[in-house]
Amino acid sequence: MKFTDEHEWLTLDGEVATVGITEYAASQLGDLVFIELPAIGTKLQKGAAAAVVESVKTASDVYAPLSGEVVETNDAITKDPALVNSDPLGKGWFYKIRLENVSAFDGFMNEDAYKKLIG
Amino acid sequence: MSDYTCLPPEKAFQRTPLYDFHRSLGARIVPFAGYEMPIQYATGVLKEHLHTRNAAGLFDVSHMGQFTLRAKSGDVTQAALALERLVPVDLAGLTSGRQRYALLTNERGGICDDLMVAHRGDHLLLVVNAARKVADEAHLRAHLSDVCEIERLDCALIALQGPKAEAALARLTPACTDMRFMDVRALKILDADCVVMRSGYTGEDGFEISLPPDRAADIATALLKDPDVAPIGLGARDSLRLEAGLCLYGSDLDETTTPVEASLAWAIQAARRGNGQREGGFPGAEIILQQLATGAPRCRVGFLPDGRAPIRAGAAIFTDANASNPVGTVTSGGFGPSLDRPVAMGYLPVALATPGTAAFAEVRNKRLPMTVTTLPFITPKFKRGPSRISS
Repeated sequence: MKFTDEHEWLTLDGEVATVGITEYAASQLGDLVFIELPAIGTKLQKGAAAAVVESVKTASDVYAPLSGEVVETNDAITKDPALVNSDPLGKGWFYKIRLENVSAFDGFMNEDAYKKLIG
Repeated sequence: MSDYTCLPPEKAFQRTPLYDFHRSLGARIVPFAGYEMPIQYATGVLKEHLHTRNAAGLFDVSHMGQFTLRAKSGDVTQAALALERLVPVDLAGLTSGRQRYALLTNERGGICDDLMVAHRGDHLLLVVNAARKVADEAHLRAHLSDVCEIERLDCALIALQGPKAEAALARLTPACTDMRFMDVRALKILDADCVVMRSGYTGEDGFEISLPPDRAADIATALLKDPDVAPIGLGARDSLRLEAGLCLYGSDLDETTTPVEASLAWAIQAARRGNGQREGGFPGAEIILQQLATGAPRCRVGFLPDGRAPIRAGAAIFTDANASNPVGTVTSGGFGPSLDRPVAMGYLPVALATPGTAAFAEVRNKRLPMTVTTLPFITPKFKRGPSRISS
């Protein structure tokens, strides 16, 4: 599992990455009440707004960590956003993306480096 | 990922007497109206909101402005009549130990601030919004100094709200149980001289307590010893007041909004209306009295979004999914934890504001359907009194 400085995590299976937000991000956002995921087939550019997460008070964007095409989304979290708070690294995954450039995956932080980032 | 609200606090911000208390409870502190205030505690906005509705919530609202208004003549009625020059509210009819919601208006009939005015026997106590307190003090001094002494109080202010608030406060000051909604009393709490008001900003029964700043932490700590009482941040304060249909100054009310447009005509008693004993005589009276008689072009209403996506302040409102020109704006909106659905309020032309009317709000370039509804979204649970309500 790799981590971004935007508090997302990624795992890689072939050329498809699964993306979610970290436990730290979920706790900072607070209890989520609404999640909007990208449509399957969406071609995301690295850094573009990919999803929206909303707590009682605020809406926040979740940015695409890498460029690629969305191939699967987690409908369970749009039905029950609390899954992201209770299991952010597991049942709370967001979407799967077929990467344009698989080698870019290795550029992200490992868990130790991410833990240092969040202190 | 971005989080728009968690700006780092800056040194220029003021702190309330409960700042260390908040830090010790794990509060997340944010800048708000010039103060470093707790937006939430460890449990988070959603659970804090529900706790207030189910038990009791303790809020620090010491950033708000508190003023006393005393007539130079010593006759409190003179102070009430003087303040009536600035608000369209019957204050001469306010009796000792009672308070009223009031609005400072401008010459265009707009609202400069909303406030509470309490009759304290020999003087009036005013509680105003934090972001407006400097402007309000200047306004009061400019217009009332001929008749009144105006003093800014250095007191803390806490609110205790929810169905268990009375029992929790009664442990420290049993006489509070005699009070009814909008009553005001001087009571001792842990031997400190406090002013207790049975009012709040949540739609729940509860109290707002003005207290000496050096005793605020003791008293807040004593209240928290009750297991029914939890500390509540400004995040839940906002979602609670939104569900209760209460206005946030600067969002739902401003200097371009009249009391009639804001659906606050109920705050203007008969004595100040057309053919009343003291008709008019406040800034913008001409336009406000005319709107009371013939209606305003727009009004504040509630909205229930059909879907799950929150519709927030600033969203433009349209009559249909393809209309090119907006007909109104959402002024407050978010998720209502007690209703487990999004709720919003905003302004619409009166012809489009009938409850049940469909409307659309634009969110992230999509038109989300919603339905116009009456306010509030929750049923208020005030402890109203049979005998002590003044007219």
